Amino acid sequence: MLADMIESIAKILFIFGMNIGFFAPVLGWVERKQSAVMQDRIGANRADIFGFTVIGLFHSIADAIKVLTKEDFIPTGANKFFHTAAPFISLVPAIVTFCVIPFGGRYTLFGHDVNLVISDLDVGLLFIFAFSSLATYGAVLGGWSSNNNWSLIGGLRASAQMLSYEVAMGLTIIGVLMVYGSLKLTEIGVMQENFFRWGIFMQPLGFVLFLTCAIAENKRAPFDVPEAESEIVAGYFTEYSGMKFVMFWMGEFLEIVTISGIVTTLFFGAWHLPFITDQMLLSFFQFAGSNGASILAMLVNIATFFIKVIFFIWMQMTIRWTLPRFRYDQVMKLCWKMILPLSLINIFITGLVFLR
Amino acid sequence: MSDITKDFNTEHMVINMGPSHPVTHGTVKFLTTLDGETIVDLKVDIGYLHRGFEKMCENGTWQQVIPYTDRLNYVSPLINNVGYALAVEKLIGIDVPERCKYIRVIASELSRICDHLTNIAAGGLELGAFSAFLYFVEARDIIWDLIEMLCGARVTANYVRIGGLKNDLPDNFKEKTLEVFKKVRSLWADVDKLLTKNRIFIDRVKDIAAMPPDEAIAYGFTGPCLRSCGVPYDVRKAQPYLVYDRMDFEIPIGETGDNFDRYLVRMEEITQSLSIVEQAFDQIPPGPINVDMPQYRWQSKDDVYNRIDSLIFHFKTVIEGIKPPPGEIYSAVEGANGELGFYLVSDGSGKPYKIKVRPPCFALTAAMPRMMKGRFIADIVPTFDMINMIGGECDR
Repeated sequence: MLADMIESIAKILFIFGMNIGFFAPVLGWVERKQSAVMQDRIGANRADIFGFTVIGLFHSIADAIKVLTKEDFIPTGANKFFHTAAPFISLVPAIVTFCVIPFGGRYTLFGHDVNLVISDLDVGLLFIFAFSSLATYGAVLGGWSSNNNWSLIGGLRASAQMLSYEVAMGLTIIGVLMVYGSLKLTEIGVMQENFFRWGIFMQPLGFVLFLTCAIAENKRAPFDVPEAESEIVAGYFTEYSGMKFVMFWMGEFLEIVTISGIVTTLFFGAWHLPFITDQMLLSFFQFAGSNGASILAMLVNIATFFIKVIFFIWMQMTIRWTLPRFRYDQVMKLCWKMILPLSLINIFITGLVFLR
Repeated sequence: MSDITKDFNTEHMVINMGPSHPVTHGTVKFLTTLDGETIVDLKVDIGYLHRGFEKMCENGTWQQVIPYTDRLNYVSPLINNVGYALAVEKLIGIDVPERCKYIRVIASELSRICDHLTNIAAGGLELGAFSAFLYFVEARDIIWDLIEMLCGARVTANYVRIGGLKNDLPDNFKEKTLEVFKKVRSLWADVDKLLTKNRIFIDRVKDIAAMPPDEAIAYGFTGPCLRSCGVPYDVRKAQPYLVYDRMDFEIPIGETGDNFDRYLVRMEEITQSLSIVEQAFDQIPPGPINVDMPQYRWQSKDDVYNRIDSLIFHFKTVIEGIKPPPGEIYSAVEGANGELGFYLVSDGSGKPYKIKVRPPCFALTAAMPRMMKGRFIADIVPTFDMINMIGGECDR
């Protein structure tokens, strides 16, 4: 009982530390530095502590100090309750969804069975969809409650876009569910132990469609029409400042991590290294005793998972800094006229293959 | 469904786009009436950068106007310098030396390249293509280095004088320019790859704000925006000034006059301008850069100290200004945006009686409502970028 509790708390702290302590601040830095590298610039390098700049990493600390001490501004005529609630509504789902994503396999440590996922739900995928659709409310409420016309347009765009892409996203992963026959993410992970059973080989079209939908759902460029700064100022968070603004921002960054996590789990073999099964890993580390071997195998798996996640974060950043923005109606057209029919075709083909 | 639409009361939203809006850059206001995302009505409100250019000019001497012209189209100030100087010279009847003409062509074309680079860069930026923006801004920056070499300033050039130039080309200018052009060409190729065949970019700009040629002419379009409609009108070809008739260059024209054609025309004009500068370097003769007319153009210090007429006219032109004969004149050059015309009236005194500028982007901005009605609010962004309204020039 006690061991279970310790295990749960350890896992929660790990994921929290990883997401909020590591990814959220570091992604701000990555976004600045990666764009700088892509654009022949130097990027953020001014914030220093005793002359040490650590290639601009201290900017995350400077940012934190800045946003915490900034005035929290609520415009006149705004609905105070919803204006305050909106950033929380969009941040919480981004944090919560990661709890069903497995970041490692199942190990036996000192006779205790450790499953590296915070909550191993049978309906893991549905849980992710349910919670990510809650984030829509954050954007819509933020836009509506700000008492600003640009925010309102942004909120409307956000609601239309996110609802549409949720429908499409749901259909894009049906193919994956048909292949693996489970909604449980740990099971899907286990089934990808064989390199040629990875989702990307089983569902190549599904992968492309899902990644597109996920980026659109996250409202990042080229799908950032709800916040298109040249058209509607800043869209639904025009009237936000200080910490509340950063909560929208953090929600967006954490969602990048979550998307990368889901993509890794569904399509890129979760925590598995290509061509190396868990048994091979365990026997390779046999010199450290059975517990030691389990711990080492676990560390390798966690590292594999997060390296894959970081790769997809990099990929999303590259897309964001390369492509121009869609127009609002083109985003909708892409969803309903391209992605939706394609994902239906994907389901159809998958079904045909399985019937055979 | 029909019941709902009948009973459901909707109204249009009136919203101010600008002047403090990312796309209007503080220089213009669009009063838009929106039906959802669609623009029902759009009114353009200009004048946020009005500095009274034309009135200011009446209080200075003819020569003192040149720094003001830098601030007209501040993206390509050298063309404004050249345009104004040519107009005054036409009024007086001066023909500047050959070398001066070539240097003016080089300066104008460098400015034109800068203007087009900035325009396309900003257009990319506002459509979200931030990398394309920085590539072209880098290209512009190294050309600004050249302009700095030439006249000591990067933006407010104040380089051209009535009847001549401030100074000759600096040493090694040709070599440095050719070196810079190599880099500019490679950056041009990068942006060409990033945008010209980019499906998202094409979707955003193609068939947006198309103008039929007759309407474009009726509105008074000139420059790349008119050429994109398929009308091959370029002042450099239609009424060649300086030495443009000796240059071998093409005028790119578009087909439909939409934003994509405007973009393509500008991209091609950059390469044409690069080649014009290179040709000018090949043809440029040695010789003086200033006319030998002491009553209009200061002589060198040597002459001023040693020749009595030079000394007298030096005093006279400093204190009273040069005195063109009474009369009025219109002279136009091909600005980066289109026909940049100066209408000058002289009463024979040392100060201009009236200076009227014909800014190319005024007519283009006036066509915004025509181009935008029935379009989406997001279409304002590429259209406004591609007509390239420069506040300083439009409002004066």
